[in-house]
Amino acid sequence: MRRIALLGPQRLQPIISQALDRVAGQGPLAVVTAGWQERESEVDELADHVRRPITNLRLHARAEEVFQAHPELFSILRERQDQLKLLQQLHRLRLDYVLEAARRLLRRSPSSTLLEKEQESAIEAVRSLDDHHAASLRDIHREFEARLKEPSREALLRHRRELEEILGDSVALAIAGGHVAVLLNRLRLFEIPALLGDLPVVAWSAGAMALADRVVLFHDHPPQGAGNAEILDIGLGLAPGILPLPHAESRLRLDDPVRVSLFARRFSPAACVTLDNGSSLLWEGQSWTDGSNTRRLQPSGDVEVFEVL
Amino acid sequence: MLAIHHLLASEPDAEALDAFIAEHSFPLVEDTSVTFIYRGEADAVELRHFIFGLESSQAFTSLPGTDFWYLIQTLPATSRVEYKFDIIRGENHHWIRDPLNRHLAYDPFGANSVCHCSGYQRPEWTFEDPEAREGRLEERRISSRIFGEDRPVKIYLPARFRRRRRYPLLVVHDGDDYLRFSGLKTVLDNLIHRLEIPPMVVALTTSSDRLKEYAADPDHGRFIVEELLPELEGEFPLLPEPRFRGLMGASFGAVATLSTAWRHPGRFGRLLLQSGSFAFTDIGKQKRGPAFDPVVEFVNAFRDEPGRPAQKIFVSCGVYESLIYENRSMIPLLQAAGLEVRYIEARDGHNWENWRDRLRKGLSWLFPGPLWMVYE
Repeated sequence: MRRIALLGPQRLQPIISQALDRVAGQGPLAVVTAGWQERESEVDELADHVRRPITNLRLHARAEEVFQAHPELFSILRERQDQLKLLQQLHRLRLDYVLEAARRLLRRSPSSTLLEKEQESAIEAVRSLDDHHAASLRDIHREFEARLKEPSREALLRHRRELEEILGDSVALAIAGGHVAVLLNRLRLFEIPALLGDLPVVAWSAGAMALADRVVLFHDHPPQGAGNAEILDIGLGLAPGILPLPHAESRLRLDDPVRVSLFARRFSPAACVTLDNGSSLLWEGQSWTDGSNTRRLQPSGDVEVFEVL
Repeated sequence: MLAIHHLLASEPDAEALDAFIAEHSFPLVEDTSVTFIYRGEADAVELRHFIFGLESSQAFTSLPGTDFWYLIQTLPATSRVEYKFDIIRGENHHWIRDPLNRHLAYDPFGANSVCHCSGYQRPEWTFEDPEAREGRLEERRISSRIFGEDRPVKIYLPARFRRRRRYPLLVVHDGDDYLRFSGLKTVLDNLIHRLEIPPMVVALTTSSDRLKEYAADPDHGRFIVEELLPELEGEFPLLPEPRFRGLMGASFGAVATLSTAWRHPGRFGRLLLQSGSFAFTDIGKQKRGPAFDPVVEFVNAFRDEPGRPAQKIFVSCGVYESLIYENRSMIPLLQAAGLEVRYIEARDGHNWENWRDRLRKGLSWLFPGPLWMVYE
């Protein structure tokens, strides 16, 4: 049984040390900071916070080394990325319309049986489009899987062996936030989930998002565009039933019941849970419990303290 | 009924006038009615505002037997209006800031009082955010063969600047004024912190003779492209494609921006033009003064043959500016030339805070940040 802690941003109010104490014993910590991209190696501050020896898995740098050794692998990944990007553009065209329709219906009053039926149907249309998108994403990943897992890529295999060894010597894995697509791609490339065994994981912000079943991008008030949340990719599936929402207080209009309700109903049965400064959420094999300062978006449009799932 | 009407109806004594002033903040904004008050001895008091389209001075009314003057103006919601009072005693005109208004806007000529009308709110991203990591400013001097002298340039390097990463570049005209009067450094720090624009290197240029050099002077364009750009590219890790290179300016600075990009197409992919002094003539002579002669010559030539000075152009202008017509008429021209154009207006005038308030929309459109992808 693997223990998991999902945390909010760690820059201003770091609680990673306490989270590690809850999910793992004392000992060395493996860390993934690939989401920080070119700053991946700058882990001094993190080391100060965790107060234990750390080994940076350097997935970003390792990936560069692998691409140099196996340029065809880079080409295949680029090809997959191009397909994912095109799919996302096509998906957005449809999503904009169904989301706008759902929002307009949810804002209508007075309430009536007829209106509720149309609202339900509009939300179902969004869910159906999301499911279709998720299925298309899976198809793309499946299509590339065999080409990506070609066993003769020695550099990749060597890095995987090294990573397996480091993880075997660690008491937990910490996954930092940052660029969620870069992070997810590197975790996938080295098949980190398969190397974990029962190792406890502490992940925050984009790290938490990558562990979910689906990776959902969100911002309710961007400077350009409508602010439509969208499924970016299939997640690693290590954090079941949770849709983590880091920086929810600044990114989401939590005081807008229509947007909250639509978000919660759209992604149900996943629990849409805020992860802000000081937030933590614990998985101990059976259920998610609230460590601190987490809230859940409710179908009613309310945002309530998260207790247990 | 406005508060001032209630006051006047009560036939107030000096004590009641003092109380009225103490109880309200001024100018007193009630929906679209704005009441300006002045207390003091004068033969006449006039409001001098910077709204093109209204009479530039509006006379106050005095309350007989008192030193109390008032003026009611109708100003549309969301307006932001800069103004002064003209206190007239005999032949003497004395322009002062509104003693009862603490809101001031600064510019190279001093400061004006500012009326924030109903619905106007200073954007929160223009205030210093203690959570935003701060970029830093470095002073440089560019040795210019074209101008025969060294030119000062301030370089903004974003927080967490790393030499092993490559950055977009934005070159700003009137850089010092943007820093002082539009709070550009705070705006950059905040928008980068919010991931609304990417971390970028910003070169803040300043001209010692802007009315000449920014008026479409070809030497200025050559300075930017042949001297400044190579120097910056040699010293900083910059992304090489034009779409990662922007040029911006306001007023004459917008003319300098457009004329530089027009004369050197393909160098700057992104332009931000604020309240451009794009004066032109269809026939006859221009009447804005000799400084505009080279501007009109350039804009007329540009209008005849716009070419492709950039890929994306953001244009903003205040509807209370005399230049609103010129800016509006630029948009269909740019669109017809096949450029991607975004244009916004605001109920504001030709001033640095108008330009400040439009920076988020402009910069985040020209240089979209990793907002959707990064969760730190």
